[in-house]
Amino acid sequence: MGILSLLILIPLAGAALLHFIKNENVAKYFTLAVSLLTFVISLVAYFQFDNKALGFQLQEHYDWISSKSVSISYFLGVDGMSILLVLLTTFLVVIGLIGTWNSITKNVPGLMALLLLLEAGMIGVFCSLDLFLFYIFWELILIPMYFIIGIWGGERRIYAAVKFFIYTLAGSLVMLVAIIWLGVEASKISGVFTTDLIKLTTLSRSLPLDTQNYLFWAFALSFAIKVPLFPLHTWLPDAHVEAPTIGSVILAGVLLKMGTYGMIRFNLGLFPQASIENASILCVLAVIGIIYGALVAIAQTDVKKLIAYSSVTHMGFIVLGIFSMTREGLQGAVIQMVNHGLSTGMLFMMFGMMYDRKHTRAISEYGGVAKITPVYATFFAIAMLSSVGLPGLNGFIGEYLTIMGAFLSPVLHSWWYSIFSATGVILAAVYLLWMYQRFMLGPITNESNRSIKDLSMREIVSVVPLVIFMIWIGIKPMTFLKTSESGAYTLSNSLLGVAPEKTNDFQIVQPQVIIK
Amino acid sequence: MAELIPYIVLFPLIGFAVNGLFGWKYKTNPIAGVIATLAVTASFVVACIIFAGMLGADAEHRTLHYTVAEWLNVGKVNVGISYLVDQLSIIFILVITGVGALIHLYSMGYMKGDLGYARFFTYLNLFIVMMLQLVMADNYLLTFLGWEGVGLCSYLLIGFWYEEVKNSDAAKKAFIVNRIGDFGFLVAMGIMLVAFGTLNIAGVSAAALGTGSSAAITAITLMLFLGCTGKSAQIPLYIWLPDAMAGPTPVSALIHAATMVTSGIYLVARSNILFALSPATLSVISVVAIATALLAALIGIFQNDIKKVLAYSTVSQLGYMFLGLGVGAFSAGVFHVLTHAFFKACLFLGSGAVIHAMHHEQDMQKMGGLKKYLPITFWTFLLATLAIAGIPPFAGFFSKDEILWRAFSQGSFFLWLLGVLGALCTAFYMFRAVYLTFYGSERFDAHHHPPKEVGAAMYIPLIVLAILSVLGGLVGIPEALGGTEAIHHWLEPVVGEGEHMAIAHITIHGEGMEIALMIVSVAVAAIGILLATRYYKSKTTLAGNERKIGGFYKLAFNKFFIDEIYNTLIVRPIYSFSNGFLYKIVDVKIIDGIVNGAGALSAWFSSVARRIQTGIVQNYAVMIVVGIVVLIGYILVF
Repeated sequence: MGILSLLILIPLAGAALLHFIKNENVAKYFTLAVSLLTFVISLVAYFQFDNKALGFQLQEHYDWISSKSVSISYFLGVDGMSILLVLLTTFLVVIGLIGTWNSITKNVPGLMALLLLLEAGMIGVFCSLDLFLFYIFWELILIPMYFIIGIWGGERRIYAAVKFFIYTLAGSLVMLVAIIWLGVEASKISGVFTTDLIKLTTLSRSLPLDTQNYLFWAFALSFAIKVPLFPLHTWLPDAHVEAPTIGSVILAGVLLKMGTYGMIRFNLGLFPQASIENASILCVLAVIGIIYGALVAIAQTDVKKLIAYSSVTHMGFIVLGIFSMTREGLQGAVIQMVNHGLSTGMLFMMFGMMYDRKHTRAISEYGGVAKITPVYATFFAIAMLSSVGLPGLNGFIGEYLTIMGAFLSPVLHSWWYSIFSATGVILAAVYLLWMYQRFMLGPITNESNRSIKDLSMREIVSVVPLVIFMIWIGIKPMTFLKTSESGAYTLSNSLLGVAPEKTNDFQIVQPQVIIK
Repeated sequence: MAELIPYIVLFPLIGFAVNGLFGWKYKTNPIAGVIATLAVTASFVVACIIFAGMLGADAEHRTLHYTVAEWLNVGKVNVGISYLVDQLSIIFILVITGVGALIHLYSMGYMKGDLGYARFFTYLNLFIVMMLQLVMADNYLLTFLGWEGVGLCSYLLIGFWYEEVKNSDAAKKAFIVNRIGDFGFLVAMGIMLVAFGTLNIAGVSAAALGTGSSAAITAITLMLFLGCTGKSAQIPLYIWLPDAMAGPTPVSALIHAATMVTSGIYLVARSNILFALSPATLSVISVVAIATALLAALIGIFQNDIKKVLAYSTVSQLGYMFLGLGVGAFSAGVFHVLTHAFFKACLFLGSGAVIHAMHHEQDMQKMGGLKKYLPITFWTFLLATLAIAGIPPFAGFFSKDEILWRAFSQGSFFLWLLGVLGALCTAFYMFRAVYLTFYGSERFDAHHHPPKEVGAAMYIPLIVLAILSVLGGLVGIPEALGGTEAIHHWLEPVVGEGEHMAIAHITIHGEGMEIALMIVSVAVAAIGILLATRYYKSKTTLAGNERKIGGFYKLAFNKFFIDEIYNTLIVRPIYSFSNGFLYKIVDVKIIDGIVNGAGALSAWFSSVARRIQTGIVQNYAVMIVVGIVVLIGYILVF
């Protein structure tokens, strides 16, 4: 068995074993052990991964449903972009678990089992190289998330859970149709119905452009709901507000990236021509999302809702980077996925810590808390600044590269994408700083807040690794960008190789001087 | 020599790390201040050694490079954490670390006993680190890191006493307004990448020289200048700086007078070739600069908060610096940065001493007669005031006069005239401040709380800065007065080419004309001082006297209602639009309404269709019969 299968099977087996554990504490420590083991194995996978090699590595291939005319297989493999997301997943599960250790008191073993199931599904999504297998993992995730929101959520949890489930399921079904259609088209050409991503990558290019377009949109719709891209985002605030902290952390931290990952892997990978043709539409929606999400975030009075809308903004940058199709844009998108996982994950987790103490999400209930909990205020400020996109922290690298990618993109024939998206930088400061001020600064407006306790050692242990990575990515992003480089560059080259030359507003001149 | 460069940054970085990690342990213990002050002093010493080395080298060998590490290398974005120290940056480095060290020392006295003592010095050292990134970077992206980094420190320090809403409001305002400028910087970098394929400062300049003037260069420079209007407080984004006075006074001296706010001047001077290639941008800069210089000077006349007077004066002086840049006199702008750092830091620290002695009173209406209580503060304040007023041979005279002279010879008569008018206001409001604070009757309770002169930690920096305010101008005495213009020759290799290109036309005037104009501006400054003396020197009260002026007083006193206008036209509409329209209508009603509507629609459809499933067998039989009939009918007809 390969290492990627191990990564999926260990949490899966852990989830199954949790069935026999009834003691809450045992369940928690067991889950922590399983997720730590998974994390360590993912690190091993990362170190086995060769940054310089091209194509998918650590491949595993077993025939599954296979006959003369059908070829569906259990096919795993990672490139630099997916291995980073796998690491993010295994890392955030551990962190989220430690950070929310005492938050849940109801049916702990059940939640733990769902969490591990979720982890298995997410890793599966990022590792599948067979569309059929991908689809199974993709749908697998819905179930644990549905229950996590629906059982452990807030007051309107049922509404939020059902909305989340049906909304994303509706998108997925369209994708299922597209996968089957693609297989059928493949069998027309090669005689075999296949869902093998690598085979389809070559086959799909010979499809008529119309077909490519339909298929492109079927995938794009499903992914856009997951991202979520404006105007398909309204399930997100509801889901976040109602989800328990651990649910929000995983939802924001990893689940949303499945959408953007899918766009890179399937939309760009399978349908280059359709991607180029439709890039501007998706980028317009992304830019609208960036500004719209930020403006709506300004209006929020509920911290979790505010962070949820900020996700719409941040994910917009990722989509913009992806469909700029440039090296800068794709690399920016990948690192922005990691960044958003870290910073928004941390914001949700830290707010969850406050929620455990105060049990209210209304900003107006707080104010001046920094005076009472200075350590909390410091860490929250770092997460907030990372989300603001302050240079020196991680968020900046992703936003900057995606904006530059859009500037340089030969498929987007205008600078307005970048210029409008850059206004998101201003607006991010507005809603986040204002939130921070109302939350943390000023006089203590609510006397009952004086008894709030500062972060415990356990909580500090859970946020410090996040801060370390925020600074690491901010100062030395190449550690991570080098990993995704070959994947992103290959994809960008193959896409822009078929793109028409850009009619530039200005002549591009290479500098003649070499500095030092 | 180049291998010393990283140490300039390293010492304050260590200070930041030590105080940041362990500061919570030693709270109000002066150790935090000692560490921070020593760190900046050490970095000043290193800077001096490098400077000495540069002085000893030929002009061509004064450019030093040092690369610490690769930072970002993706596609065309290829930048390192790499430093460039040359004639231009060393001036800024010396000011940042030198004046910075003095202000650190001063802060040890000023912040004594404050509960956030260690936190204060942590921020202050971080500021020094970031400011050094800004002026030492060899590429625009690293400059931008410093640019936003100092913005963060400014935010943290303005809102240092965050328990007061006013302070955290001011901090937030500063950050957001600066972000508007940063947006410009960001866009400028994007256009640079498209047009020149590099972010290296020298590379961009060289490539721009290759292409000559173009729309791209104008776009880049305008966007960069938008960044400058934020950081360096010019119209339309200057509004944050007066509010920033909410921070502790040493912060106002260091960040909001001597260093950070001059970043814009540094950026333009550093990119002088780009700006020189866009005459349109230079014209914009000149117009904005002179308008800012005048507007802020007018507002400064009637402010009663001593720090607000100095804040508007800073905005106004920054306008003068940009005026120099706008007419292509890049080195003159930098010269004024240097002298301004001395006298304005001295003024701010002096005002801090006054505020300290007055138990945190900032309103000059409640001061007066402090001369005898605070002799050191008074004399240093007076010297610095003479410097800013433009009285020879104090530092400000030489630098301001040079800007005015270049505005006249390279710009136009009107720029000069308005500049002189601003100088009149400057002399007037500064001496108004001196008289209200140090002369006249004591408008406070002197018996119970007699003001006390500050301690050595605070007056040593005052004295050093006062000396520099007197002598600092000597590095730039014009040739017309028999000087050597040392600072211009020093900067020539960096900004010379830009200066040549920027000057589209120069009206040749003799030295006689230059001296004549000097006499005019000195006379104007003297008039300003005399007017202030007449109206304020021996006045016992203020109330009523100024109000008699009427309309103009109201306008200037209320800062021309610019903040109110912005609030009404921009801030509130954006919030109402976001909350009332986008969120409550578009998001909740329309978008989510459609989503929930789709759900409701299918629920309704099901509830209708459900009625077919009655569970009564007879109904099903009827349906079967109807179905068969329809089917047969269909077959028969078609």
